[in-house]
Amino acid sequence: MSVKTMTAAVNEAIDQEMARDERVFVAGEDVRVGGPFGTEAGLHAKYGDKRIVNTAISELALTGIGVGAAAVGLRPIIEIMIMDFVTVAMDQIVNQMAKMKYMLGGQATLPIVVTTHAGVDSSSAAQHSGSLEAWFCHVPGLKVLMPSNAYDAKGLLTAAIRDDNPVIFISNKRCLQTSCEVPDEPFALPLGVAEVKREGRDLTIVATGRLVIDALDVAETLAGQGISVEVIDPRTLSPLDMDTILASVRKTSRAIVAHEAVRTCGIGAEIAARISDEAFDYLDAPVKRVGAPFTPVPFAPLLEDRYLPGKAQILDAVREIGLTT
Amino acid sequence: MSRKPRLHIPPAPARPGADPDFSYIDIVEAGSVPRPDPHTRLREIPNSLIFDMVRVLDDAHAPVGPWDPQLDPEELQAGLRFMLETRLYDDHMLRMHRQGKISFYMKSRGEEAVSVAAAMALRPGDMLFPSYRNQGLQISRGRNLADLMNQCLSNSADMCKGRQMPIMYHWRRGNIFSISGNLTTQYPQAVGWAMAAAIKGEDDIAASWIGEGSSAEADFHHAMTFAAVYMAPVVLNIVNNQYAISTFQGTAGGERRPFAARGPGYGIPGIRVDGNDFLAVYAATTWAAERARAGTGPTLIEHVTYRVDAHSTSDDPSRYRSKAEPQAWPLGDPVERLKAHMIKFGQWSESRHEALVAEITEQVASAWEEACSYGTMAEGPFLDKNELFEDVYRDMPTHLIQQREQMLEVDRWGEEN
Repeated sequence: MSVKTMTAAVNEAIDQEMARDERVFVAGEDVRVGGPFGTEAGLHAKYGDKRIVNTAISELALTGIGVGAAAVGLRPIIEIMIMDFVTVAMDQIVNQMAKMKYMLGGQATLPIVVTTHAGVDSSSAAQHSGSLEAWFCHVPGLKVLMPSNAYDAKGLLTAAIRDDNPVIFISNKRCLQTSCEVPDEPFALPLGVAEVKREGRDLTIVATGRLVIDALDVAETLAGQGISVEVIDPRTLSPLDMDTILASVRKTSRAIVAHEAVRTCGIGAEIAARISDEAFDYLDAPVKRVGAPFTPVPFAPLLEDRYLPGKAQILDAVREIGLTT
Repeated sequence: MSRKPRLHIPPAPARPGADPDFSYIDIVEAGSVPRPDPHTRLREIPNSLIFDMVRVLDDAHAPVGPWDPQLDPEELQAGLRFMLETRLYDDHMLRMHRQGKISFYMKSRGEEAVSVAAAMALRPGDMLFPSYRNQGLQISRGRNLADLMNQCLSNSADMCKGRQMPIMYHWRRGNIFSISGNLTTQYPQAVGWAMAAAIKGEDDIAASWIGEGSSAEADFHHAMTFAAVYMAPVVLNIVNNQYAISTFQGTAGGERRPFAARGPGYGIPGIRVDGNDFLAVYAATTWAAERARAGTGPTLIEHVTYRVDAHSTSDDPSRYRSKAEPQAWPLGDPVERLKAHMIKFGQWSESRHEALVAEITEQVASAWEEACSYGTMAEGPFLDKNELFEDVYRDMPTHLIQQREQMLEVDRWGEEN
């Protein structure tokens, strides 16, 4: 074990899996110099041009070569520099890699990981700050991962690379620089399994990405007021581990779902609906959702602060369900 | 040699620590490329326009050959002034970034002629669809520098109301479209604008710019097809500054054929131009504009130039290229070349140049002062934070009004506790 940033943990997972399996390769823009966030730092020197493929600027083409390379038995890691840029690669992801196994009667295996960097990070504005995970959760055939810390990032990415299905691995930019203890040796976490990040009795907060950190912060604050909060990080957004979430809600009888993405039609809507559907009789209050307002992400720090959901919005939801005044 | 498939990885000319190597740039003598009539049919346009290089200024700074646009001294002085204004504006804004006054910036040093000469060769009514390193277009069309600075400061006078990254300017009245963070989107848009102008029977044309790296995006190829099919009145520019952030132009497909050569494949003439030769850029743009305006169709212009500085303030070129490259660049500096040309013909002097630099420096400083009076990142006046909710739709829908109210409630609660 050693303390690592999420960036370093992602880098280590890619490095160890490339060392373990020579079919694994990375393709993306500027990956030769380590990628825009340093997640491929040092890998070109170790694995060379044919396994760290520094591509031209075409997210469409580099995702397409991933599909082609996977079809002949390689295990591509496709890096989309910024999640907003994934829009131009959507056909390859949604109509090709996600559906191919199904459409070919099960005869194709596409072990592809699409890694991308999402979320608000110090004024990057509307075309560089998106959290678009819900789009992919709506597509059968894809798995969608969103870790909130370095430990989970390494374990989930390792599992994603070893998985035989297409996986979208989303790292929140404000999580990348956070650190925690991470095993130095390779390890895989199971996909589709949520984790209880903090146990509590009075309220369940289901949070994703950076909002997990905010939720833990809120839990600490409320503990001082005698309110016991359970925080759950699904980690895998598709398929969702509803068992863990429902078990928690049956215990606490109250739930808030929090994410950085726009609240409307976000993953929180699915989780809230499932809670209402499957644990209605246990609820003492409506399920509240915290998310960004229905606007593009602005640039000015003042407006960006206004946009970004966090501790204040979660505390507001706690008040709305009557736990605090 | 055994014949079997192999994966070719385009090699970069010189990595950090190595000697710069620009031997891959084919340069011909100034004046050696013929200038066909602009309405010549594609099949009769000589290949030298693509494979050689349209250059007007020779090594002794004299204009030579058929592409000399024969500009009068006032036009040359205007061009020099706009290029210097662009450069000194860039320098000032980089300093402001270093001082923490703005959060992001992108300079255009070395590429000033590409924007300035083109803007001057086009008409004010022509619609420009720029990339992110075309600030020279704004300046050549007479943009108040304080307006550009307001945008970078995201202050109370920001044209984007705090919603877009620095340098992503637009200018509705000046007919300059906005800049996109997702690349090459402006190409199909420019083609669409041009098609609409043709439908309306106007003789205003469109022009657009992308980097050579973004010519790999699908939008480039779609736009080229549509431009050719509908003979859209548009001038499509590829600014080949050798780098897409860290990635050498060979990776974008520039290794065996010039980017200009992509044109004929779609049915569009291509011209490869010395992008650091103000007169050559002016002449090529004039040629292309004349074709477009007369209904002869689109033109693809590749400007061979060099990105002297970092991609942006988030980039460090010493990680991927030789530090000696900017000095070794074989096509020189666009400002210095035009200046030397004007001095040679007695239209300019070192002392006038110094006076102009001093005047523009003062102009930039006073524009900065004006911009700061509308607010900085640290001091007001600030934008109204509820501007967040405006302009998502023309009229604010009920659910946004509700979200704004909810936010105000969070504020009130925060103030009380």
